[in-house]
Amino acid sequence: MDTRRTPRAVIDPKVRKVGFFAPPEPSQSGLPDPIPLPSSSLSPVMIPPPRHSSENLLHHARPPASVVSGASSVSIEGSVVAGGSYGSSSELFPAPMSPASSSYSSSRFVGGGDGDYCLNGVAVASPGRGGGKAAASFPRGGFELTEAKASSVPASELTTVSVVNDSSLGIRERDKADNGRGSALEMKDQTANSKQKKDKTTKAERRALQEAQRAAKAAAKAEGNKASGNVTSGNAKPAKATKPPQKYEHGSLLPDLEAKFFQLDTVHPAVYKAGLQYLSGNIYGSNARCIAMLQAFQDAIRDYRVPPEKTLVRDLTAKISSYVSFLIECRPLSISMGNAIKFLKTRIAKLPLTLSESESKASLHSDIERFINEKIILADKVIVKHAVTKIRDGDVLLTYGLSSAVEMLLLHAHDLGKQFRVIIVDSRPQLRGKILLRRLVEKGLSCTYTQINALSYIMHEVTRVFLGASSILSNGTVYSGVGTACVAMIAHSFRVPVLVCCEAYKFNERVQLDSICSNELGDPEVISKVLGREDVNYLDGWANTENLQLLNLVYDATPSDYISMIVTDYGMVPPTSVPVIEKEEEEDLTSHHHRRQTGTHKTGNGGDDRVLAPPVEDEEEDDVVATKQRRRPRSDFSYGCTKKKTRWLDGDDAVALGGGGTVAMSWREEERKKDD
Amino acid sequence: MPDVQALVNDFVNQLKKRKIEGSQATAKQTAELLRSVISQQRVPHTNQAAALINAVRAVGEQLIAANPVELAVGNIVRRTLHIIREEDLSLATAAMAGLGLSVASDDEDDMERSDHPVLSAAAVAAAARSTLRPPSLQTLLEDMPDSAAVPHTSSSGGDSEGKSRSVDKGSRGRKLKHDVIEAVNELIQDISTCYEQIAEQAVEHIHQNEVILTLGSSKTVLEFLCAAKDKKRSFKVFVAEGAPRYQGHLLAKDLAARGLQTTVITDSAVFAMISRVNMVIVGAHAVMANGGVIAPVGLNMVALAAQRHAVPFVILAGSHKLCPLYPHNPEVLLNELRSPSELLDFGEFSDCMDSASGAGSLHIVNPTFDYVPPKLVSLFITDTGGHNPSYMYRLIADYYSADDLVVKGRPTTGS
Repeated sequence: MDTRRTPRAVIDPKVRKVGFFAPPEPSQSGLPDPIPLPSSSLSPVMIPPPRHSSENLLHHARPPASVVSGASSVSIEGSVVAGGSYGSSSELFPAPMSPASSSYSSSRFVGGGDGDYCLNGVAVASPGRGGGKAAASFPRGGFELTEAKASSVPASELTTVSVVNDSSLGIRERDKADNGRGSALEMKDQTANSKQKKDKTTKAERRALQEAQRAAKAAAKAEGNKASGNVTSGNAKPAKATKPPQKYEHGSLLPDLEAKFFQLDTVHPAVYKAGLQYLSGNIYGSNARCIAMLQAFQDAIRDYRVPPEKTLVRDLTAKISSYVSFLIECRPLSISMGNAIKFLKTRIAKLPLTLSESESKASLHSDIERFINEKIILADKVIVKHAVTKIRDGDVLLTYGLSSAVEMLLLHAHDLGKQFRVIIVDSRPQLRGKILLRRLVEKGLSCTYTQINALSYIMHEVTRVFLGASSILSNGTVYSGVGTACVAMIAHSFRVPVLVCCEAYKFNERVQLDSICSNELGDPEVISKVLGREDVNYLDGWANTENLQLLNLVYDATPSDYISMIVTDYGMVPPTSVPVIEKEEEEDLTSHHHRRQTGTHKTGNGGDDRVLAPPVEDEEEDDVVATKQRRRPRSDFSYGCTKKKTRWLDGDDAVALGGGGTVAMSWREEERKKDD
Repeated sequence: MPDVQALVNDFVNQLKKRKIEGSQATAKQTAELLRSVISQQRVPHTNQAAALINAVRAVGEQLIAANPVELAVGNIVRRTLHIIREEDLSLATAAMAGLGLSVASDDEDDMERSDHPVLSAAAVAAAARSTLRPPSLQTLLEDMPDSAAVPHTSSSGGDSEGKSRSVDKGSRGRKLKHDVIEAVNELIQDISTCYEQIAEQAVEHIHQNEVILTLGSSKTVLEFLCAAKDKKRSFKVFVAEGAPRYQGHLLAKDLAARGLQTTVITDSAVFAMISRVNMVIVGAHAVMANGGVIAPVGLNMVALAAQRHAVPFVILAGSHKLCPLYPHNPEVLLNELRSPSELLDFGEFSDCMDSASGAGSLHIVNPTFDYVPPKLVSLFITDTGGHNPSYMYRLIADYYSADDLVVKGRPTTGS
């Protein structure tokens, strides 16, 4: 047997954002600390009610839908008590007092490490199976923080990144250890039972408390602004009493967040809003998510005040980190968002110390603004400009799912009067192709819609495949919505060119060979239900079926040999040139931030793009254009051993030229500026 | 025979309306219909085999025309024709043996005077035997000059034989019909139990702790996997749901109910998951003579992904799915487009279509089948064992007579 295909048992808990959930360590301690709810579960404003002493915690009337109604076991002092229902059997909940506190503290040190915690709550483990809809009413404000030491998670064959999940175990919470703990413990001041907890303050709690005190914002502010609207989509499902061998679960869920709502007082409302929009799926697509995040950060920075005896650079960085961890709670970051955060943190770190607070904030604000404009919006325009030259009259273009760049490209080509047909391939569960289909049909394009299984049937007539990407990794792998690899594979087998449109800021230095090692898990529930097909209901109640699991991957990795060409804002390059661009982009984002400050992309002279220029040394030419906006100082030109750059030919053979391992870059932007 | 005709019409209607799902059900019902056709067929004293063949062929023509994509119908019609020829041959050889004629010498004679109007029983046997296998060079050469006139089929042979020995006829005719019906019964039995024979081989192919991927639903696959499970193999199954019919959900539910660890994935995740899969096991709609497979839509994608990751791609197919035809442009010609309502709700896009009258257009493509070329298939497992794609033509030759490959348009055969 090929060892490559043998089941793997490697677990790297550090890559938590990926969301394969491994079987949990059964010895985790759970300390459920539910709080009673406001009577109106749908209230947009949630005010943390006073907590009562634990004995009657669970006797509070709850809206039935709000209850995590399945059996969930609660562990006391590290031992698991199985069975029972969270909602109905209140006796299972221990008084959140001493035993649990002690187990909490002990497990904390046993777990060790930070950021390695594989934590999730019952609600996380139970996305919507019970049909309860009132997520806002989740009665779990106080969360026990337990840590599953990830290395102790039983190896599962498919699980290469483990996030422990077991719905039958106690409530666990995944969070970044410090932030979550800090904010959670801060709540103790308000509530009675947490005061009792405080009696048992451990070293861990003290430390957490310190961090909590540092947090400046009050939770009420966030609540008042942002609690409504998006928060009704969470569901409860009955947790399974019998522990399944392994379930693939959604990494983060609304109820979980709701429960954390009272603790996230440090989260700026704008960030909170963005997070909830990610969670509810209102914002999707890596560009849109990235822009939403950056704009939220802009708002947060605008409202930011440096606390006394702190420096802006350090405190703001920590602040951003806590926001980021909140966003990760909502939905694992896309790689593009990670790059944007990296950019922002670099900018913060590089703020001159001489700047005043307001100047620094203004500088950061404009930096973010520029990032959004140049790296995303203008980059898309440049990409469209490049890619539209690859569309000819009579073409049959195939695209998959919904990509903002491809959508702009198709509409632009249509506006230019090109005659072509579009085939939109879609797949469950997201069915975003329908959104694209609607937008294109409304604009009068002739479209064909089909599902991914029919690719082999439809590919005969296709002349070009245009795909979007969530990220491009430096080995040329295109990391994109699940199914993209299938489309590229079939196009490759039919000898149809595959063009990937991707902004350069999404490039990442990571490498990945398969789609398993790092991925995001979607809600498994959506697989069991087929939209508009009530007759397909075989999987109803799958959660109660032993041995049955649903796996909803969000991304997949397309091998670079299926990709003919990557269209990026640097030009059209083969996948082999990705690391070069990635390096360029990185330097662009980190070290030479001022060079574009006055420059704008000139993208209006598409006709000149077709000039076929021989490969040239760019060194002299750069001098020629020194008076114009130089894209990068000469010091940037370091490609390891060679400084030679090949000017890209803007023809179909351009890709072939670049594939041979020589460093090939597109300098068409300079070219364009020169032409100006 | 009005009652038979009514049955035929009923079945033709069902085929036309695509009421019959699955090649196994179709094959079984076709065989049962042909059995009643044969039993109702009045057999003349002379030339019984030809009469039966003509009757079956006439019915078969209608059935195939009713649903040309359902290849199982044609397969069963051809199998039945083959059965009739075979039974006739065995009766002829038995009669010949009873007469004590020398086969060898008559064969010699036959070759010398091949177009002699009166043939011996041995010549009949030789001619009939030649129809059982692909045409040999000898028969091709014999047929070439005057294919219409050469009495090489059993029918003309039986004709001449009938003249010479009409006494024997009555009992032989009844015996032929009886034997044919018996054989068709066996065929029906084979069809309904083929998955058992396939499932018996499961242990040879599934190892402990393997991960199996399948797409859509197939009873054969279900039984195959469960047979391995029953033999104490423990393994995991990934089931791709198989849009647009989502039969994978059904299969997953059944597998889980039988105690197999099952995971449902979307079709789009096939490429992502295949790197962790040890074997792909799927059912087929039909297996063509070149080893290509007409399969539920989406399987070509799975096969390509499996090839990319060097994962064995195994097709389970009962013998009724073996089709003696060679495909030409099978993606289009052996395919069927289903209702668009499976992809988009009726009227879902009517609002934006109105505004774009004339300018834009919207097509929905929803094919039923995929063609998997033989190079992507690692192994066929049929009820007779495992076979390479390149061997399928030979395996198929065992089940069909070369004369029957074209059911339609042989006016010269049979008198």
